[in-house]
Amino acid sequence: MSRYTAVTPADLEAMLAEIGVGSLDELFAAQVPEGVRLGRELDLPAGLPEQDVYAHLRELAERNVSVEDELSFLGGGMYDHYVPALIDMLSERSEFLTPYTPYQPEISQGGLQVMFEYQTAICELTALPVSNASVYEGPSAVAAAGYLAKLANGRPRFVVSAGLHPHSRETLRTMAHGYGAELVEVPLRDGVTDPGAWARAMDDRTGAVFFQNPNFYGAVEDAETLAAAAQDAIVVGSYDAITLGVLKPPGECGVDVAVGEGQPLGNRLDFGGPSFGWFAATEPYLRRMPGRIAGETRDVDGRRGFVLTLQTREQHIRREKATSNICTAQALNALGGVVYLTWLGRQGIVELGELLLQRTAYARDALCALDGVEPWHTQPVIREFAVRLDAPAERVVERCREQGVNPGLPIEDDGLLVAITERRTRADIDRLVEVVGAAVAAERGAVVRA
Amino acid sequence: MSRNGKLSDNELHADPGIEIHAHAGRKVRTERETRTVFEKGAPGRRAFVCPELDVPARDGLLSERFRRAEPPRLPELSEPEIVRHYVNLSKRNFDLDSGFYPLGSCTMKHNPRLHERVAALPGHARLHPLQDPARAQGALELMWNLERALSEIAGLPHVSLQPSAGSHGELAGVLLTRAYHEDRGERRTKVLTPDTAHGTNPATVTMAGLEVVKVGTNADGGVDLDDLRAKADEATACLMLTNPNTLGIFDANIEEIARIVHGVGATLYYDGANLNAVMGVTRPGDMGFDIVHFNLHKTFTQPHGGGGPGSGPIAVSDRIEPYLMVPRVVRADDGTFDLDTDRPKTIGRLRGFQGNYGTFVRSYAYIRSLGAEGLKDASQVAVLNANYLLARLRALGVADRLPLAYGKLCMHEFVLSGAPMKRELQIKTLDLAKRLLDYGFHPPTVYFPLLVDEALLVEPTETETRETLDAFAEAVAEILREAESDPEIARNAPYSTPVRRLDEAAAAKRPVIRQPV
Repeated sequence: MSRYTAVTPADLEAMLAEIGVGSLDELFAAQVPEGVRLGRELDLPAGLPEQDVYAHLRELAERNVSVEDELSFLGGGMYDHYVPALIDMLSERSEFLTPYTPYQPEISQGGLQVMFEYQTAICELTALPVSNASVYEGPSAVAAAGYLAKLANGRPRFVVSAGLHPHSRETLRTMAHGYGAELVEVPLRDGVTDPGAWARAMDDRTGAVFFQNPNFYGAVEDAETLAAAAQDAIVVGSYDAITLGVLKPPGECGVDVAVGEGQPLGNRLDFGGPSFGWFAATEPYLRRMPGRIAGETRDVDGRRGFVLTLQTREQHIRREKATSNICTAQALNALGGVVYLTWLGRQGIVELGELLLQRTAYARDALCALDGVEPWHTQPVIREFAVRLDAPAERVVERCREQGVNPGLPIEDDGLLVAITERRTRADIDRLVEVVGAAVAAERGAVVRA
Repeated sequence: MSRNGKLSDNELHADPGIEIHAHAGRKVRTERETRTVFEKGAPGRRAFVCPELDVPARDGLLSERFRRAEPPRLPELSEPEIVRHYVNLSKRNFDLDSGFYPLGSCTMKHNPRLHERVAALPGHARLHPLQDPARAQGALELMWNLERALSEIAGLPHVSLQPSAGSHGELAGVLLTRAYHEDRGERRTKVLTPDTAHGTNPATVTMAGLEVVKVGTNADGGVDLDDLRAKADEATACLMLTNPNTLGIFDANIEEIARIVHGVGATLYYDGANLNAVMGVTRPGDMGFDIVHFNLHKTFTQPHGGGGPGSGPIAVSDRIEPYLMVPRVVRADDGTFDLDTDRPKTIGRLRGFQGNYGTFVRSYAYIRSLGAEGLKDASQVAVLNANYLLARLRALGVADRLPLAYGKLCMHEFVLSGAPMKRELQIKTLDLAKRLLDYGFHPPTVYFPLLVDEALLVEPTETETRETLDAFAEAVAEILREAESDPEIARNAPYSTPVRRLDEAAAAKRPVIRQPV
């Protein structure tokens, strides 16, 4: 018997007798046709004691270079923001960690109220009236917004800014191929969506338009202009929620559906997941939203309570006519999100945004003061920016890593995408500048010598 | 408690949110109105202390046109208030660590705490997803090892861990099927799904731009072969099947089903929600399936988190492999691992990065803990426990009012019909479920599968003791006895929960989905 089961030989005997079969094999033989039975043991390593599994998993962990092991400026969709300790404590509580989706509201009021509070926080952050209780993560949230548009107006064409994260564009393309929409990409000009090309891309077959703010290159987009140009297509903005203490919220810019990757809000990096995707919209799209939504109501004694509501949108009721196939979402990660936003609080999210704005500007200026480093674009940035190097980016990154600094994500051949979180101090940034300066100089020198 | 226990109005506490009950003859305070975090705290309170501005402050970094005018109206609480608020909320949840959770189709098995410990190791938890693969070798090896283990369990050679949940894996599977047929120059538009299917199956088919065709169920609870033969044709892309199905029945005709489906050139998709019944006993690949999704949050014990995170890896046959999502984890001859995006026939991506890696760490730890023998044991005991519980219910006379819907034995779960109970005792399946809350049990899945009247889908899992199963059977029997004398008890249940039955119709009619701030 394995360590998580409890059947002793005496139990087994009594249980089989109660069932009326002679053995476990008989129980299976009566149900599983012989032609499909495995007839051998699975070819897997033998089970291990807990301490050996721990040692193995720790050994694997030690062969990864985490953000604790180097001075990291990696971003590009997930960021090394500080996760306060109370999130660990709360998400490890059995009562939040181990229940299923709250199908029995009377014994799930904690989780349901967390969803309701989370929805409220997302609405406040985005200045949009409607939020669901989470979807998987950022790029699939973008694709889910596409499906909402497809169901809402049925038009087969999506206009997509080249500033949308490549993973979001790829995910949208994959899913749009399924539900029958084509993508038209609008290029960037000086780091932001080219407004002329964007306006010209609209036609009466356009069902939705997609941009990201700040975009993949860190640039703040002119959301109002982009939204206004979309005519009656559905405007989808993919936002970085942690910038919304300082950045004008999508609900004030004409965005119909705002989505985003929730990881910066109190979630671990986890090599890409699990995190959560957030999904907010204007009122007309309430009944077209994907996923769970918690709603307030009263019990038979008049007590305030919460339930999963508007379930007639969902797959378990509506089946092939559902607004989405999503079932399990990211409730525990969304809990981390709302606890994080509560921890930051009304003033904190603004203070954090201002700090990011200042440190990022400092880092960008200092890097671009180096010989052989230029800004990728001149647009305002908040927490991330791109620079162009007069040297192969991969080689520069390689040299920096040798000095214990991961300077960011190489983009194209000569670009570097640099993220500055509140964990990166001025001293850290100065170190980055020193190391990148030396690496670029060395690479240019290497080219001259060659 | 019911209102009967309440003291007079002048005994109420001054705080309207608090009420005082008589409990065992003594006054007790309870919070009458739960308050959200937005209704707590005070202006100016805070938990977060911002790091100091250590660079020269500059003005005009973001023009007014792009700036937020007013701060978002987030809560303002001290850290102790936040902790108390959420800890108190947590106490208003029932959870698997506290009690029996036989929620059919959800495989609520024990979540070992070792998994949380290893997933939190900085090398896993604080690894950036865009770290150079050369510097994430441990993570890629873990993913490779998990892929190989899932491949062996499924009996299919290729695995992608990317999908985020079962329904996401289903979407991957249907898009892969579509790509496979399109690549062969065939336009197949129909996907067959049994009427016992999870709702995610038909919803997925529509999202993938294909059409759902329902297939009937035979008297034994399996696929109606005549109906399948009549509906499977050259326009059929795929049959999506759960086996054992949502009735807990292993389809005895699975080999014939595979012949029919493959005979018309369609693929066979395995919804792995019920894989916990068959690990090490039989494999979807050996049954003839082309595509399988796993639910790591069911079979492989990723904690469900109150509604996620999940994870829905897929395993596929050779003919489907060229279309798998990118990136793929690959191993070079020298044993190093990399991420490969150069796959010309790929359907593309279904999400960002590499998938829910944190869930991979937990499920990999589980597979290494149990090994081949332990996984088979898990499935065997899951089936043993389900049949034992069924037998206990029969022995207690429950089966007269709650008969097994199909068959005599079951796999890891079984479906009872509450129709006789409703007819003879005037209580519905919903009433039984609500009364079970007062006995400290999470109820089974109710009103699913749809083809069983007043359905009750019970999945005890392998990690429950015989004593727990006995206690649950006794509770069901007791509730039926109670209903014989007074059906109102069940109809008005529950009584012991933080709130009682909630008005779901009102919630949907006039949706209040956020706190007015």
